[in-house]
Amino acid sequence: MVAADTSDSALRARAWAAAAEVVDPEIPVLTIADLGVLRDVSIVDGQVEVAITPTYSGCPAMNMIALEIELALAREGICNSKIRTVLSPAWTTDWMSDDGRRKLKDYGVAPPQSGGGRRALFGEQQVACPQCGSLATEVLSEFGSTSCKALWRCTTCREPFDYFKCH
Amino acid sequence: MAAASISVTESPPVLYALRRADDALILGHRLSEWCGHAPMMEEDMALANMGLDLIGQARELYSYAAKVEDTGNDEDSYAYLRDVRQYRNLLLVEQPNGDFARTIVRQFLYSVFADAYWRAMTNSRDATLAAIAAKSEKESAYHVRHSSEWVIRLGDGTAESRKRAQAAIDDLWSFTGELFHTDDSDAGLIADRFVVDPESLRAGWTDAVTGVLQTATLACPSKSWMQKGGRSGSHSEHLGHLLSELQSLQRSFPDATW
Ligand SMILES: [Zn+2]
Repeated sequence: MVAADTSDSALRARAWAAAAEVVDPEIPVLTIADLGVLRDVSIVDGQVEVAITPTYSGCPAMNMIALEIELALAREGICNSKIRTVLSPAWTTDWMSDDGRRKLKDYGVAPPQSGGGRRALFGEQQVACPQCGSLATEVLSEFGSTSCKALWRCTTCREPFDYFKCH
Repeated sequence: MAAASISVTESPPVLYALRRADDALILGHRLSEWCGHAPMMEEDMALANMGLDLIGQARELYSYAAKVEDTGNDEDSYAYLRDVRQYRNLLLVEQPNGDFARTIVRQFLYSVFADAYWRAMTNSRDATLAAIAAKSEKESAYHVRHSSEWVIRLGDGTAESRKRAQAAIDDLWSFTGELFHTDDSDAGLIADRFVVDPESLRAGWTDAVTGVLQTATLACPSKSWMQKGGRSGSHSEHLGHLLSELQSLQRSFPDATW
């Protein structure tokens, strides 16, 4: 039994490491671990089961992500895997790692404000320009190129930029 | 050969989920009709994004219904293989897009309700419905904000935009009573606190809607006669046309994939 446990936990660690490298197809600098989309990896009767949570209800990237996880596991020699989608608790931008936020900013996308939730949604938001850091920014459109982004503009450096919306 | 319609065993939880799923799918489809046609690029993206949110919500609700019904139906068969009389959505959401003002007003009237509804549903005793609600309420909050801002901008805008916004309010108002519809099928679910009684949301909806209309300098219709029928499958002719487009591929080429 001890031997089985050890090999299960080794398998789990290998599977987690492989799945954690999968990137969001729409924001390829972020891994699903950075995003908080990767929720759990477990071993059920020898089979690897990966739990992911959708960012948005209609996020078309989820099918792609599930496929990429299977491929990543297969490259690790883990061919018997199952991807499970969990809805609860609902994904929130607060789960995005600090590392993820930094990578997002370097990529030119303003990261979501932490602990935002509904208050930030309906109150005043201060979003720093990812190019020059200025807080003199304004929203151009609440809805951007993907479900998770809004379109903003910096009035200091005049550059438009994407803002990863609070959710 | 055209694909035949499925039969659905509408137990209370299945019927309940299908009604809400149909609202989301039909309104999402209506919004998708704007894709490439909106008055400006930002709005083209906004309407498509909101449509995507709604279709995502519909998928989760259909999957829930499929699991509860457990007769082999799935999200695709509910969407593609039920005929118009089997659809259970509100008459409001099937109304044609009309002009931009009409689309915005329809979105506003629905979203104000949906936002309060989903927030209340996060307390559902059904874990799946509560989880769907927790996702949906974040999305509906954006939809309310977007449509409210536009109602104000159109109402308090030019004479032309104001005229169009007011006409939309006047035309669509009689479809809002159905938002609060319940029947015998819902009674047990409400009593067991699996779902909320929409009547408890009426006062909040009325306050929110009249508040925005006031800011928009638009008149709130005083007529109280309300149309209903969507929840039991009696639809306007518009839904048939919508479904013939939405379902054409699966009806003509059953199980087609690509
Ligand atoms: Zn700047």
